[in-house]
Amino acid sequence: MAVAEPQFDDLYREIILDHYRRPRNRGELATPSQRVEGVNPVCGDEIHLDLEIGDDTIRDVSYWGHGCSISQSSASMLTERLKGCSIEEAERVMGKVRAMLIDGAIPDDDIGDLQALEGVARLPVRVKCALLCWNVLKEGLQQATTAA
Amino acid sequence: MINPREIRKDFPILEQQVNGRPLVYLDNAATSQKPRQVIDALVRYYETSNANIHRGIHTLAVRATEQYEAVRGKTAVFLKASHPEDVVFTRNATEALNLVARAWGDANVHEGDEIVLTLMEHHSNIVPWQQLARRTGAVLRYAGITPEGKLDLDEMRRLIGPRTKIVSVVHMSNVLGTINPVAEIGEMARKAGALMVVDGAQSAPHLPVDVEALGCDFFAFSSHKMLGPTGVGVLWARRGLLETMEPFLGGGDMIALVRQEESTWADVPHKFEAGTPNIADVIAFGAALDYLENLGMDAVRAHEVALTAYAMEQLSSIEGLKMHGPARADERGGVVSFAMNLAHPHDIATIADGYGVAIRAGHHCAQLLMRHLGVAATSRASFSIYNDKDDIEALAEALEHVNRVFGDGSSRAAI
Repeated sequence: MAVAEPQFDDLYREIILDHYRRPRNRGELATPSQRVEGVNPVCGDEIHLDLEIGDDTIRDVSYWGHGCSISQSSASMLTERLKGCSIEEAERVMGKVRAMLIDGAIPDDDIGDLQALEGVARLPVRVKCALLCWNVLKEGLQQATTAA
Repeated sequence: MINPREIRKDFPILEQQVNGRPLVYLDNAATSQKPRQVIDALVRYYETSNANIHRGIHTLAVRATEQYEAVRGKTAVFLKASHPEDVVFTRNATEALNLVARAWGDANVHEGDEIVLTLMEHHSNIVPWQQLARRTGAVLRYAGITPEGKLDLDEMRRLIGPRTKIVSVVHMSNVLGTINPVAEIGEMARKAGALMVVDGAQSAPHLPVDVEALGCDFFAFSSHKMLGPTGVGVLWARRGLLETMEPFLGGGDMIALVRQEESTWADVPHKFEAGTPNIADVIAFGAALDYLENLGMDAVRAHEVALTAYAMEQLSSIEGLKMHGPARADERGGVVSFAMNLAHPHDIATIADGYGVAIRAGHHCAQLLMRHLGVAATSRASFSIYNDKDDIEALAEALEHVNRVFGDGSSRAAI
């Protein structure tokens, strides 16, 4: 009897593939207040974030870099969700995404498309891919808070 | 003739299922699996012969010493070397290369001297030389790679000159599979008065090796990539070289006499094996050598060339897939690195794993080569004696699925 074909829908959800194929907010900002980057030395994935922060708000955010579908789509979804958000809201979303990826917490609509990354939490070796841009964001927000 | 179906019966780990499918292990360039004979030798040693070696008078100590030293002899035979005393056991190939850089390099390499490497080296054959260069003021030179994925021998010839002290080259690339003409390069080194070091971590497990015919001065490799346990490496040195070198590490087992201020060293090779060595794993490594010798390295090589040719044929029919390295299977080892248009290596490896197929994705500890290829990572399938055509077909099936998952969009994110 033939073995059933493996399914990857839980990991590679259509939203993830869509952000991978048609990245949002990709490229540099003209006048970023923070430019931060992160590399995963194990796999070579790279994410750069440009942030334009003022009045405790992320007025604009963009990303560029290279890597797998998970690391790149996570960054694309990050920019889409956080553009125009207050820092407080960004930190709240970041907390929920990290809880989903690290602790397997059930996500809610507050994090938008990012809920699609839920399946990654079940693949420990890929969690670091999804987290890369969030670690970069954390550093950017810290820099902004220190500078303010 | 290698019969993978028969051989597989000796490898208990291959009996398992991964993600509901039979495990297809194609990560042999990272480490090979171990036959029952090796696992049994390890257990048998601890159950019947365990003792510290070299100084004991009692029966077990004598037995353990004999078994340990017998593997030194087997290793020399495997390398077609005449003298077992030219074989030093280390932890791994990396430590063997570090031993050369420290024990020979520190005494003989000076400011302005040159060390010639290639862009296809594993980090283990780059970093020790960078450290040596930093300690001594020597300069590193790198020979490049031709568009066909072979070593640029003309550049090699230009780089090796009167200032060259060391030429260190990988015998078989762990990414491209390229087999380098180390005898020819060794000849260039000898004419320039330089030492030739060969990183044999990928070649010793898969090719007949004759260190004397290769004409090299040092040959380094690891047990764990050739059916043996982890924790054992080998450094072979040309006759007389070890005697001229100071020990790498100091401690027990490597001394003749210890006085308050200074000590004298044991004879070679023991002066390079400070402290209690990895006795059990060396003895089990002997069983791995027996296993390979029993098959015959010519037969191992022939099997892997045929399998590589089949893999290259199967993979070439997959849309958007590009293979790195020489086009002819008989010019390379059983290693196939590739890129796919639509998907990143990590995504490819995840989908392959869903099919129970273990491949590697990443920079393979060869970042200089990745930069040369203009990629951040590759996917890599690498073969051994227990792999057969079914394994290649399982890989091809998984790669077709990669295209189905990632293929629907009009374009992918530019990388």
